[in-house]
Amino acid sequence: MDPLLLARVQFAANITFHILFPSITIALGWALLYLKLRHNRAVRAQGAGFEASTPWIQAYKLWVKVFALTFAFGVVSGLTMSFQFGTNWPGFMRTVGNIAGPLLAYEVLTAFFLEATFLGIMLFGSGRVSNRVHTLATVLVAGGTTLSAFWIIVLNSWMHTPAGFEMRAGVAYATDWWAIVFNPSMPYRLAHMMLASGLTVAFLMAGISAYRWLRNDRSAEVLMTLRSAVTVAAVLIPLQIAVGDLHGLNTREYQPAKIAAIEAAWQTQRGAPLVLFGVPDEKTKQTRFAIEIPKLASLIVTHSLDGEIKGLDAFEGKHPPVAAVFYSFRVMVGMGLLMLATSWLALWQLRRTAHPTPLVARTLLVMTFAGWVALVAGWYTTEVGRQPWLVYGLLPTAQAAGAVPASMIGLSLVIYLTLYLLLTAAYVAVVFRLARNAAPASTTLAGERVECPAGPPRLVPS
Amino acid sequence: MNDASLHLQQPGGWLPVAFLLVMGLAMLVYVVLDGYDLGVGILLGAGSESHKDTMVASIGPFWDANETWLVLGVGVLLVAFPEAHGVILGALYLPVTLMLVGLILRGVAFDLRAKAGMEHKSLWNRAFHGGSVLASLAQGYMLGRWVTGFQSGGWADSFAALIAVCLLGAYALLGATWLVIKTEGALQLRAIRWARRSLRWTALGILAISAATPLVSPAIFDRWFSLPYVVLLMPVPLATVVIFFIVERSLRRLPTRLATGNAYGDWVPFAGTVAILLLAFYGLAYSMFPWLVMDRLTIWQAASSPESLFIVFIGACVVLPVIGAYTVFSYHVFRGKATALKY
Repeated sequence: MDPLLLARVQFAANITFHILFPSITIALGWALLYLKLRHNRAVRAQGAGFEASTPWIQAYKLWVKVFALTFAFGVVSGLTMSFQFGTNWPGFMRTVGNIAGPLLAYEVLTAFFLEATFLGIMLFGSGRVSNRVHTLATVLVAGGTTLSAFWIIVLNSWMHTPAGFEMRAGVAYATDWWAIVFNPSMPYRLAHMMLASGLTVAFLMAGISAYRWLRNDRSAEVLMTLRSAVTVAAVLIPLQIAVGDLHGLNTREYQPAKIAAIEAAWQTQRGAPLVLFGVPDEKTKQTRFAIEIPKLASLIVTHSLDGEIKGLDAFEGKHPPVAAVFYSFRVMVGMGLLMLATSWLALWQLRRTAHPTPLVARTLLVMTFAGWVALVAGWYTTEVGRQPWLVYGLLPTAQAAGAVPASMIGLSLVIYLTLYLLLTAAYVAVVFRLARNAAPASTTLAGERVECPAGPPRLVPS
Repeated sequence: MNDASLHLQQPGGWLPVAFLLVMGLAMLVYVVLDGYDLGVGILLGAGSESHKDTMVASIGPFWDANETWLVLGVGVLLVAFPEAHGVILGALYLPVTLMLVGLILRGVAFDLRAKAGMEHKSLWNRAFHGGSVLASLAQGYMLGRWVTGFQSGGWADSFAALIAVCLLGAYALLGATWLVIKTEGALQLRAIRWARRSLRWTALGILAISAATPLVSPAIFDRWFSLPYVVLLMPVPLATVVIFFIVERSLRRLPTRLATGNAYGDWVPFAGTVAILLLAFYGLAYSMFPWLVMDRLTIWQAASSPESLFIVFIGACVVLPVIGAYTVFSYHVFRGKATALKY
């Protein structure tokens, strides 16, 4: 097989596996801080003696376990990346190392140590440090994960919309660090990613709480977490759709070929229709079985009914593979719409009846990892959509590849893939297991239904 | 190389040296810190069921941050010496893959062994042990390949394999002496026995590298064995031998002393091991400088542009002391004997 393709598949596999976990820890850190602060306030209001019994701290105890597990997965999968930059893409550092290097270095220096060190105190230190220091450790862990996301998004955005540099003898040199950090697509990508993380965690927390509810776990924190998570999801998803739209406008300006691939727009045209679904065929340059809505693509991409969308014909030989970008974009948007419907339905229902109906709870359970699907599909859209460039307009992916033989990359790819599949399965299984174990022995017995003598299950008073 | 080294006043001359120092520091701290937690993972295979939780608890609050030093070391290699990052890690592609697989396995097993339920616990204990062994062997093999300048051939491979086993021994020594500090009772006594056994492998490894490097490169031979250096450098191997004897004696005497309830000096074996590694590291650095790949690539040839290095250098100067401070704080918080991990 082609070593370039193998190197790309391998890097994609690693980075896909990796992003699953930071996408949870970034927002979950702040969720833990929220739970901790609510707990602190409840204890202050009720006086001493309630330290161990507020629903906030009960919820915290479950989610801090999930956080620790997720963080460990994130650390070890991220380690792989720091090696593969050099082994798979030596040309990347050779060409743009002067810019990518400092950004990566600042990520390690300012974020990695901060989060990793204070995680120890946050997890195991509550008996050894004061409550104040423990809260501070939680702040630093949450801040560290967010800071690390900031630096890596800066670098990734720069690869899409490079700025603030000059080329000398084929090597990029920084001329303006401000322009590099605040490159044209960075604000949109950062906001999009932060909201994606928030949504991933909101659906995870809602889904796991729904799971506990369905297992008749009536601990006070179950309904509390469910409500908070559904509310956050319902608020974030319209924001995310709006930010996604702005990001699209930005992409149209800087990477029109990606938009053309997303829309499967074979020819440049005004008033372009939106292809809801179809089967794009790059050989015949046609989309078969297309279901279209007239003029909608122009309206979405340009905010004008007869705005012009540049077609793939304008980027002959320099556009990304159409099918991959076309499909992954639709998976992302489809998941987004499903998340909108689910969260609003659940919120409306919870406001009416105070308890989730079995249907709503089951739907939330099915959507537990919806955030992952949307997030990965979104990253595929933007990263595959950048092809054939590694750094847009500057460095073709093929030029950055190393000289490692295909057999070696293939072998390591098989090893990684096997490991990743097993570990992802283990992760999901353990998250559900932690949720089962969180139930106090009195509310459920090994998952059996517990009859509540006084009518429907009630919230346990805290 | 000599042209650049003469211009240490210029940023292009001194910045690569500064970054070599940062990278060396990160790698050394990594070897010591992740070394002891890898070592505990290696020894987990020999520990009895009742001791396993305590062994893992002794490294629980630290291992995440310990592993971050590897990211920093490799990160500096990538950022400051991108050319060398490609050459070195490209030549070590398969061992790097195996090391990463090992580190991934043990990292997740650390959490999963406690969370996946009793019926799976021994499976994840095995994964934690196996991952630690695999990562240590892979790192030792890489070290062996690197000091011979990636020469191929039967003896170079056997040498790398020998170093792999010896580094496993050195990490086990760090882990065992760490356990001597962090545990009590029967486990502490077992740790002393493990330490004595792994001490020999550590000595063999240092001896092998000390003998091989001058044989591989005449330049290294001259550096050590020409006058006046042979005299000036004598303290390094001498001190190493002396500390070996101190560690050995301390390990021999500790059981009797502990039996009388006197725990004084339980830190000596660990501190001595760290000192031995420090000296070995110094010796190796002295031999290799300024080569990143022996006789092929110097730090000046491999360095990034001075402008970019300077930006990172400022950040490193500000942040590294802060990292040091909160690392010390964290060890201070978790001082004393290891207690059960609960949260």
